[in-house]
Amino acid sequence: MTARRRTSPVPASARAILRGDRRALARTISAIEDGEAEATPVLRALFPRTRQVPVIGFAGPLGVGKSSLINLLVRHLRAQGTTVAVIAVDPSSPFSGGSVLGDRIRFESRPGDQGVFFRSMASRGAAGGIAAATREAARLMDAAGFDLVLVETVGSGQVDVAIREIATTRVVVLVPHLGDEVQTLKAGLFEIADVFCVNKIDLPGSEHARRDLAELVALGPKGRGWTPRVAGTSTTVPTGVEALWHAIEAHEKYLDASGERAEGERHRLAAEIVGLVRDRVGRELTERLERDPTLRRLLDQVVARSIDPRTAADRLDGVARRST
Amino acid sequence: MTKARGAAKPAPIRVLIAKPGLDGHDRGAKVVARALRDAGMEVIYAGLRQTPEEIVRASIEEDVDLIGLSILSGAHMALIPRVLTLLKKNGAGKIPVFAGGIIPDEDARRLRSAGVRAIFGPGASLDEIVSTATKLARPAA
Repeated sequence: MTARRRTSPVPASARAILRGDRRALARTISAIEDGEAEATPVLRALFPRTRQVPVIGFAGPLGVGKSSLINLLVRHLRAQGTTVAVIAVDPSSPFSGGSVLGDRIRFESRPGDQGVFFRSMASRGAAGGIAAATREAARLMDAAGFDLVLVETVGSGQVDVAIREIATTRVVVLVPHLGDEVQTLKAGLFEIADVFCVNKIDLPGSEHARRDLAELVALGPKGRGWTPRVAGTSTTVPTGVEALWHAIEAHEKYLDASGERAEGERHRLAAEIVGLVRDRVGRELTERLERDPTLRRLLDQVVARSIDPRTAADRLDGVARRST
Repeated sequence: MTKARGAAKPAPIRVLIAKPGLDGHDRGAKVVARALRDAGMEVIYAGLRQTPEEIVRASIEEDVDLIGLSILSGAHMALIPRVLTLLKKNGAGKIPVFAGGIIPDEDARRLRSAGVRAIFGPGASLDEIVSTATKLARPAA
């Protein structure tokens, strides 16, 4: 089975994913997560079949209601006949490697609805709010025919901005009373938003939060033809979800009209390719530093303080370049 | 197809923990989820009041190695066999299922013969649950 799969130009699981086979999709996502070699030919075969569907990323602190919001958004989109795939990322334990993936609790779908696919994903040590496999999993969902992909990041802090590397529209979800307006001036999360969403607007203080964000947005940055929209939502008394979707759609339309979609895609793909090489080289060098006797001595010298890490890095780099 | 997880570092076991039926007591399920997490597993916690259809759907989309069902309502003889039947119907009959809750011995025997791989009552230790779950998910290891 494995031999035939390897030599076949289009692996059976790639064909199955194109047919809309949900088990094949789910298994291939696992293969990507687990770093299995069998994922590579599937990704290779499916890449030309992807349609570059919108990938909408949701970032924001823990507990602001990202999961509930996505649930309502999916319901709204399904009512319009749009098919949706969701990837919800939660953190892995740095101690055990284990994870409790709880975003599915908030997710309700009509029984038997084939127009929606929900996948929980552990971050497995990746920083920045998404997992290493998130981008390629979204690509498989694109190939499987879903009209768009929603990505919920790990309940994030101020610097968790990796979602910008995969999403076409970034929604930063906040709630009232997260801090004073100086918070909105800080670098990081606030800078990546195409759309701000103030959730839990049924709580007091929501007007204040929206006003602060509106001021922030009015300040710039200049030089881009898009001014982030500010939406307000509540998931307990469902409100504002349609308006949030309109804001997201407006940004997607802007990407096409301005030419930023193609530009952004090129930029993201460049970063992806470099990232893949960096990961591979990093893995190989780590392994060699532990196994190769000469390189082990190099490490010993650094440990003994007889050479410094930068000098050792130059030598290791030289070795790596000669061997490739 | 068996999962050939032959990478240098073993891939984490993915397990779905769900509560079928209408009882609202999920403390046991949460304690088990936490213990499995601490044993290095990725636990998809589906939560309360799941229908057998939702459980099977989640198991397929999440590509789990194992399913744990917690049930205290007494409806286990209706709900658990229904999950097993639907798994088979959807080509996922090989995913092992274990159950926990208040299940009388006679029912436990019947559930085992219907295909439930392990059943834990209120006195079961977490160590026992973790080690059984590991063996069920990775029989060769």
